[in-house]
Amino acid sequence: MSLIEEIDFGTPASKSTTMVTLTIDGNEVTVPEGTSIMRAAMDAGHQIPKLCATDMVDAFGSCRLCVVEIEGRAGTPASCTTPVVNGLVVHTQSERLKKLRKGVMELYISDHPLDCLTCSANGDCELQDMAGAVGLREVRYGYEGENHVFAKSNGEINAAWMPKDESNPYFTYDPSKCIVCSRCVRACEEVQGTFALTISGRGFDSRVSPGMSESFLGSECVSCGACVQACPTATLTEKSVIEIGQPEHSVVTTCAYCGVGCAFKAEMRGEEVVRMVPYKDGKANRGHSCVKGRFAWGYTNHKERILKPMIRERIEDPWREVSWDEAFSFAAAKMRGIQKKYGRDAIGGITSSRCTNEETYLVQKLIRAGFGNNNVDTCARVCHSPTGYGLATTFGTSAGTQDFDSVEDTDVVIIIGANPASAHPVFASRLKKRLRQGAKLIVIDPRRTEMVESPHVKALHLPLVPGTNVAVMTALAHVIVTEGLVNEAFVRERCDWSEFEEWAAFVAQPNNSPEATAILTGVDPKTLREAARIYATGGNGAIYYGLGVTEHSQGSTTVIAIANLAMATGNIGRSGVGVNPLRGQNNVQGSCDMGSFPHELPGYRHIAGDAVREQFEAMWDVKLNPEPGLRIPNMFDAAIEGTFMGLYVQGEDILQSDPNTTHVVAALSAMECVIVHDLFLNETANYAHVFLPGSSFLEKDGTFTNAERRIQRVRKVMSPKNGMADWEVTIALAKAMGFEMNYSHPSEIMDEIAALTPTFAGVSYAKLDELGSVQWPCNEKAPEGTPVMHIDGFVRGKGKFVVTEYVATDERTGPRFPLLLTTGRILSQYNVGAQTRRTDNVVWHAEDRLEIHPHDAEQRGVRDGDWVRLTSRAGETTLRAEITDRVSPGVVCTTFHHPDTQANVITTDYSDWATNCPEYKVTAVQISPSNGPSDWQKSYDAQARQSRRIVPAEAAE
Amino acid sequence: MSSPDRLVYMANQIGTFFRSQGHDKAVPGIADHIRKFWDPRMKRAIFAHLEAGGAGLEPNVLEALKALKQTTSLPEAH
Repeated sequence: MSLIEEIDFGTPASKSTTMVTLTIDGNEVTVPEGTSIMRAAMDAGHQIPKLCATDMVDAFGSCRLCVVEIEGRAGTPASCTTPVVNGLVVHTQSERLKKLRKGVMELYISDHPLDCLTCSANGDCELQDMAGAVGLREVRYGYEGENHVFAKSNGEINAAWMPKDESNPYFTYDPSKCIVCSRCVRACEEVQGTFALTISGRGFDSRVSPGMSESFLGSECVSCGACVQACPTATLTEKSVIEIGQPEHSVVTTCAYCGVGCAFKAEMRGEEVVRMVPYKDGKANRGHSCVKGRFAWGYTNHKERILKPMIRERIEDPWREVSWDEAFSFAAAKMRGIQKKYGRDAIGGITSSRCTNEETYLVQKLIRAGFGNNNVDTCARVCHSPTGYGLATTFGTSAGTQDFDSVEDTDVVIIIGANPASAHPVFASRLKKRLRQGAKLIVIDPRRTEMVESPHVKALHLPLVPGTNVAVMTALAHVIVTEGLVNEAFVRERCDWSEFEEWAAFVAQPNNSPEATAILTGVDPKTLREAARIYATGGNGAIYYGLGVTEHSQGSTTVIAIANLAMATGNIGRSGVGVNPLRGQNNVQGSCDMGSFPHELPGYRHIAGDAVREQFEAMWDVKLNPEPGLRIPNMFDAAIEGTFMGLYVQGEDILQSDPNTTHVVAALSAMECVIVHDLFLNETANYAHVFLPGSSFLEKDGTFTNAERRIQRVRKVMSPKNGMADWEVTIALAKAMGFEMNYSHPSEIMDEIAALTPTFAGVSYAKLDELGSVQWPCNEKAPEGTPVMHIDGFVRGKGKFVVTEYVATDERTGPRFPLLLTTGRILSQYNVGAQTRRTDNVVWHAEDRLEIHPHDAEQRGVRDGDWVRLTSRAGETTLRAEITDRVSPGVVCTTFHHPDTQANVITTDYSDWATNCPEYKVTAVQISPSNGPSDWQKSYDAQARQSRRIVPAEAAE
Repeated sequence: MSSPDRLVYMANQIGTFFRSQGHDKAVPGIADHIRKFWDPRMKRAIFAHLEAGGAGLEPNVLEALKALKQTTSLPEAH
């Protein structure tokens, strides 16, 4: 194994299909028109010396190291900024060029410290490499003159010297090592799209400046790491590299945070991770990353990680550390005992959207085949289950229709109920790049999100009242139908015409017009009409949406309304268009694909279908139950009722993430055996009887499937710290329960999945190693996968229009609860925070805050930073207020990243009509000033402390 | 929310979605949805509620459940 180093071609690839042939150093080279001479030379294997060029950003032409000679042209042009032309004859090395380059390097080095041996970039410094490449042997100017290197010059304070900025927890900025190539500035602009960096001053005074010469932490910097990656010297360096040294080998793997699924190189020294660097050949991220995947992996060896199995009879007891065998037999006896006492259907499990496809598949297999029922569900229940229902109904499959590359061909983007800048940051960067090129953006969201406000992006914002999505979507359809903007040719060819006519008649009703619904939605009818016209007529229109669509009483209806809109405008079946659910967790797509829903076997096939069920019965050698099982909220209800008493939860914190915490506490407390399989003693574990320690994504082999249906390898880079990978734990638990599953490697599990699931038929580890990744469906018809769905027709045959009537949620505001609470995400934290709270990411978000409009705050005497009590019909909590006009008057918003806030104490039992996906996004609340934590928070904290006591194995003997 | 109330609420929510499709599409739509997504104990409980008069169920939902009950044979509770 060695360090994987992608080739840096110096400038980005050209997309032109016209080819140009030229001669470089005597070799004929053919490249696409628009390619730089630098890139063409690299293509031919000749590396022209360079410092300010790198292929993640556009050419800049400042360092003058990459000069070349072109026959018939005067001077020595920079090869990075000079495009290829047919018939050019280029020389990259000559006496004149050698002399020029040596002179340039000599100037650079005359203002650069010569501490190479002790420098953190030693072994990974392009400046050092270039000094070597040009044969620099002396610096005639000396080092004593004006410089940026030394704190003192000739005994005097050197005003040009700046100290290191170590404010960012993950990387340092050492201005004394900066060569002002501006690669960091351009990476921040072009790749990330944040524009946090600039070059201040001119000439000798030029400095890289975060914001207005602020610290990195104090500036707008979002710590994505693009600048650090772009830096050719030690100026911007990961603190882990400074501490450990350069890595010696690397392994390509997949990030375990969000549904974007960025590919990373885990750069290692032995079994220690030195740094995670985004992989340029990763097709989801194309070499970019965010603060979470790039830097926030320290949780994997956090001191609070539990590495030994533990059991207890009652949740009031302290935990007792035991051997794996004792834990498995204890758990198995409990679960089988419950089945004996309460019936076969009295136990179940929850698969993890953070674990691998293979692990998820095994958990659902254990439940269906080993437990003998279908009581299996996954956290997609509480996020994207309405997507599954809505898209399956209209298109015939729940899958998102595009790959992320598709955004490069998009002309109009609608974002509904999603804030990719916070929750899917790497996709957001790719989207913003397209927006800066001129694509139009429409944002439908109660909040003025970061997407609305990002630099050089002008969005049309429709700030709707939470809970009125269906009314807004139907009003958009009303405009499209009544103004004759329907793509009739598409609809006639691809969709059921009579269903379309019925739908068109419905949406055209005057009560669905933007003017009539404005009173409910709060959206200005003129803006709404403009948005509809832009989407219908502006070229390739793509809809991206998130949990602001699904987590409502009418979540499934909104998904259907989105699908209707895409079909009516013909925005389906090619690159640049489509309906794109932004999936939350790293493998939530995969966990759904793998049969985690109680009514569906892997590949989304209903359990009642005899033919499919019989295939699984034959492979698993067991009779399966043809009736659907319980969904998560149904499990809670059944537990309280006394018919569901045992639960195996892998990698999911239902207590913190599910709505109406008091209801969840009641359900968990009623159960006789709760098995938590996780990295940490999460909140659910406070009510558990068995704790099985989990392994991190760095410690096992497997696959994740991201939001674009892309299946990517997760590769083991270190031994499991707990001793067993999660798939091995599930196998051992199954064995203790008398159900044998025999696999020696996750690849064998994938082979079984492929054998049983038509959309996965062509997937194997060998193929993933060969191609890097594939998007399902991957089978005989599409051996290399399917980037864009529904190209020649819908999966279900004809696209189905369904009428979407707006129905107000039963969660209403009134005199006691006059405000609407909606919930959201923040960039630095992830989901319930179990991982990110155990990293330095807490410097950006140490607690959940309540966003409140100045008008509402003033009425209640609340100042910024004050403690406020937040009360709903379900419960109350306290947290601190943040006064902002990002939210409209009447709307407040918070995150649920911290257990001591427990935002879900407030959220209610209301859920989507089709899937029981909870209505997190609308809760009627009141707020009032408060002195500190509520009684509920205090008692919760006391219970949690009590519950987390551990008696070590030694002490028990 | 106690169990039958909650199930009645859920069934009526399904009924509300299908309402705008008209009675003839709504009734089979509701029945099919409950058949596909409710676990046996939920079906048993709503059928028991139906036998007890089906209080609170919307007319379309009531009709759908009656039809569903006739075509469903649930395994005995274990």
